[in-house]
Amino acid sequence: MQLYLPIAEVSVNIFLILGLGGLVGVLSGMFGVGGGFLITPLLFFVGIPPAVAVATSTNQIVASSFSALLAHLKRRTVDLRMGTVLLIGGLVGSTLGLLIFNYLRSLGQVDLLVSLFYVVFLGIIGALMLVESLNAILKSRKPGARKTRKHHYWVHNLPLKVKFRVSGLYISVIPPLLVGVLVGILSAIMGVGGGFIMVPAMIYLLGMPTKVVIGTSLFQIIFVTAYTTMLHATTNYTVDIMLALLLIVGGVIGAQVGTRIGAKLKAESLRILLALLVLLVCGKLGLDLLLQPAELYSLKAAGDL
Amino acid sequence: MIRAILALILFATQAHSETIVLGLSQDSVSITATFDGSDILIFGAVSRTAPEPLDKGKLGVIIAVSGPDQTVSVFRKQRRMGIWVNTDEVIVDRAPSFYAVATSGPIEDVLSDTEDLRNRVTIPRAIRSVGATVDDSDTFSQALIRIRAKDALFQMNAGAVDLEQDTLFRTSFSLPANLIEGDYLARIFLTRGGKVIDTHSTVIPVQKVGLERWLYNLAHVQPFFYGLLSLVIAIAAGWAASAGAAALKR
Repeated sequence: MQLYLPIAEVSVNIFLILGLGGLVGVLSGMFGVGGGFLITPLLFFVGIPPAVAVATSTNQIVASSFSALLAHLKRRTVDLRMGTVLLIGGLVGSTLGLLIFNYLRSLGQVDLLVSLFYVVFLGIIGALMLVESLNAILKSRKPGARKTRKHHYWVHNLPLKVKFRVSGLYISVIPPLLVGVLVGILSAIMGVGGGFIMVPAMIYLLGMPTKVVIGTSLFQIIFVTAYTTMLHATTNYTVDIMLALLLIVGGVIGAQVGTRIGAKLKAESLRILLALLVLLVCGKLGLDLLLQPAELYSLKAAGDL
Repeated sequence: MIRAILALILFATQAHSETIVLGLSQDSVSITATFDGSDILIFGAVSRTAPEPLDKGKLGVIIAVSGPDQTVSVFRKQRRMGIWVNTDEVIVDRAPSFYAVATSGPIEDVLSDTEDLRNRVTIPRAIRSVGATVDDSDTFSQALIRIRAKDALFQMNAGAVDLEQDTLFRTSFSLPANLIEGDYLARIFLTRGGKVIDTHSTVIPVQKVGLERWLYNLAHVQPFFYGLLSLVIAIAAGWAASAGAAALKR
């Protein structure tokens, strides 16, 4: 069954898009990532113009993250104070990121830059998470060797300390603000929510307990992606409401399923799965850059999105 | 105006003994939510005021449908430091967003080269690229044609026009789903011995209608409201899914 999308100006198969939304929704619920890093390239593959894919996937992330956040709020696994600090950084960062993005677009080669960003960041994050999770599992299997957690990170020595009760932290607001800014910049350039960067940053940099990390990152992602959606809608007119609706319907259902699966799996195995997924997407994008493409030429019409 | 007068003079001096009478299966194309491409049937007849001048060569009919013109950048990738990047760019000043040609026979039989050049009928002639800075700019135009042809946006159908008893002709064009809006121009050339003896053109407007039109206008005229609407839908859907899941649990 085909549907013509009014903004993207292409005709798509309804069930294909619903399926994509559902798949990403499951991941969103399981890992607390918005899934933008996955859905944006997938939308390219089915023929949605890149600018529409980026703008519309931010809108879909709002929906699936909101649904997942509600589930986390019920389980009280959201640190609202930490989320607000991250959010302030995120809004500043995404504004900065959009300025950088537009500047690079005026220079040309922005597609290449986005691909390189994906490969580098997904590669680093994926590898770090995989190694760390494997180590954690190996340690926990040794009898008697208890999992020890470093409680004194360097970030604990900065000024402007605030108590984050839910996370059980008493740290400076500067590191979470910087994490928020960094994630905001990356999300504007890469067209993603940024959960795949924020989640490890919260665990390894801020030392937050894994339990509250996902809910808190969802909280930040919702507001940052909502902000980005508005930016795209008002400056580039590239948000396709019909496409978003299809992705959302698939996504919200998937997110509920994902949250259930996530609650049943162990944190370490969850992280290994996420790490493998991140590395898979990284490998695919990396190969696209390294292998000779079948068609060396590409077109860009003046009116193209 | 001058062109119109010239055309009129030309029309008069040629003293057409053969002219085109045209019909279309539809005057316009409406893009609805379920739009999945469209077929347009173009048919007509050759009207004669004198017996058929068989000594002047074979009769031919060529029908060309073109979408709105665009300026297109064509990029070429090369390997730089191990990865494939866009290194060269050629700007094609004018390329139709859609272009389909149907003829009643092999193109070299029904249209001479000079007539093709004058009327810009065949696909390579319909594209204009000037001031290219790259030596082999031809390969870029060819790439443009190749890529558009793969998406069925450029079609060359020799022999697709049925010409019956040198009088009645008909052909159908399939417009793909990824059409852009605008006025599509259908040009019909009547040729004899490769020379154009009559032309006729008609405009087929392609437009979004209904919900598609409304959403498109809203996104461009009231972008802030449109953005808010998309967010409201997103939040509502997220909440509804959560509430639905809770209700199922109970």
